[in-house]
Amino acid sequence: MADWRPSAERTALEARAALLSQLRAFFQSRRVLEVETPLLCTSGVTDSAIEPLIVPTSPTLRYLQTSPEYAMKRLLAAGSGDIFQICKAFRAGEYGRKHNPEYTILEWYRLSFDHHAMIREVAELLGELLPHRGWQIWSWAALFQHILEVDGHVATLAELNAVASDRLGNIPDGLDRDALLDLLFTHCVEPALASWGIVFVVDYPASQAALARLLHDRSPLVGARFECYVDGVELANGYWECIDPGELERRFQQDNQRREVAGLEVRPIDPLFLAAMTSGVPPCSGVALGVDRLLALRLGAGSLADVLSFDWERC
Amino acid sequence: MANFSTNEFKPGLKVMLDGEPCSILENEYVKPGKGQAFNRVKLRNLKSGRVWERTFKSGDSLEGADVMDVELEYSYTDGEFFHFMDPISFEQHAASQDAVGDTQKWLKEQEKYEVTLYNGAPISVTAPNFIELEITETDPGLKGDTAQGGSKPATLTTGAVVRVPLFISQGEVIKVDTRSGEYVSRASKS
Repeated sequence: MADWRPSAERTALEARAALLSQLRAFFQSRRVLEVETPLLCTSGVTDSAIEPLIVPTSPTLRYLQTSPEYAMKRLLAAGSGDIFQICKAFRAGEYGRKHNPEYTILEWYRLSFDHHAMIREVAELLGELLPHRGWQIWSWAALFQHILEVDGHVATLAELNAVASDRLGNIPDGLDRDALLDLLFTHCVEPALASWGIVFVVDYPASQAALARLLHDRSPLVGARFECYVDGVELANGYWECIDPGELERRFQQDNQRREVAGLEVRPIDPLFLAAMTSGVPPCSGVALGVDRLLALRLGAGSLADVLSFDWERC
Repeated sequence: MANFSTNEFKPGLKVMLDGEPCSILENEYVKPGKGQAFNRVKLRNLKSGRVWERTFKSGDSLEGADVMDVELEYSYTDGEFFHFMDPISFEQHAASQDAVGDTQKWLKEQEKYEVTLYNGAPISVTAPNFIELEITETDPGLKGDTAQGGSKPATLTTGAVVRVPLFISQGEVIKVDTRSGEYVSRASKS
């Protein structure tokens, strides 16, 4: 039987309560409205690397949200203005020192911000919560070049395989281009960032733009997506949002093609989300931040279990 | 044998990798928020004792290894093999020089050892953490040296050489930590 006692010390519980208050105060002072959206919805995401937990509800199955993104964008489409939310999100199978299948997410949206304005706001928030770190912005390609000495945009699959084998020894067979880029980023780049403080990575390859708009004036084509790393830990992911419903639908279909190739179940595309996008969402940026990881960074905790009242193994 | 998926990799699980039986030491889950999940796994090759680090795609699986740890009593060596006996079933197991490895210098008759069996045959032998052995050779002790510290080499019945305090003499039985190879104390009774 698992231990009935909490995995976090009382001091960590106090630090969590203080953090939540500080987060709310930050957004209240900026007149960003706190909202709550449903955790269980009739559609999930199509993302090929994210598996939802599915709950039998009457009369159909529902998906526990993997992030509150779609519901929050529906609020934006309905004229909510700037909004933030602190809630639970769920991802099947994600468990480790930096993962817990049930976790707390902070997500917020700012009208008329581009991704650079959003990066500044994240930096201001982290300036209050994780002082004395300083921050820098790197393009994804420059970071790859600097740490791996390879041009991530143009390198062939064979070249990427060679770099990965050279650095990591035996690597899994049959990784596609994006999986290899993920392997190199998580195994080589992230550890190198451990001593860099706060690093914002921008200009992701178009294939990794997720729901960010593409910057069509740039060559090679990049997405207006950013990731925030703190001491080498991926803390937040943001987009200058793609608000073109046709483009979004194409990306969802591409996701499902990837899922099919990988032998994964194809996911329904959320009709409510697409209808909201078709009705029109104002230009905006959004970002999602892992609250448990933020707390672990603040406390210098080695594992999320240290900052969760009961981690996945104890509940 | 059953197959084990990366999410079942726990420390102590025995699996086959590159045709060799291995024991999992660590399993770290690594995944970017938007991207492929991996498991960075440390395994000990149970034959060579070497530690391997390997990255798997999450969801990949490895075949389980038919590996068992048993407690056996050391009997004797015929020069080529080291013979152990199950003290309950009296079943005999012959371990090769490779399987015994460095533990050879701690092999004492009637002492119990943890023996790892792979497909029924010994592949490694681990000594108990502490063992009592007699000193067969050491320089004579000097009177009055009990408090000063200082040490000298002593050869034990098994051939192992450990450093002992100056006041310890030939013929005494001492307690040794087999993990560090260091002298602990005089044996409880000699």
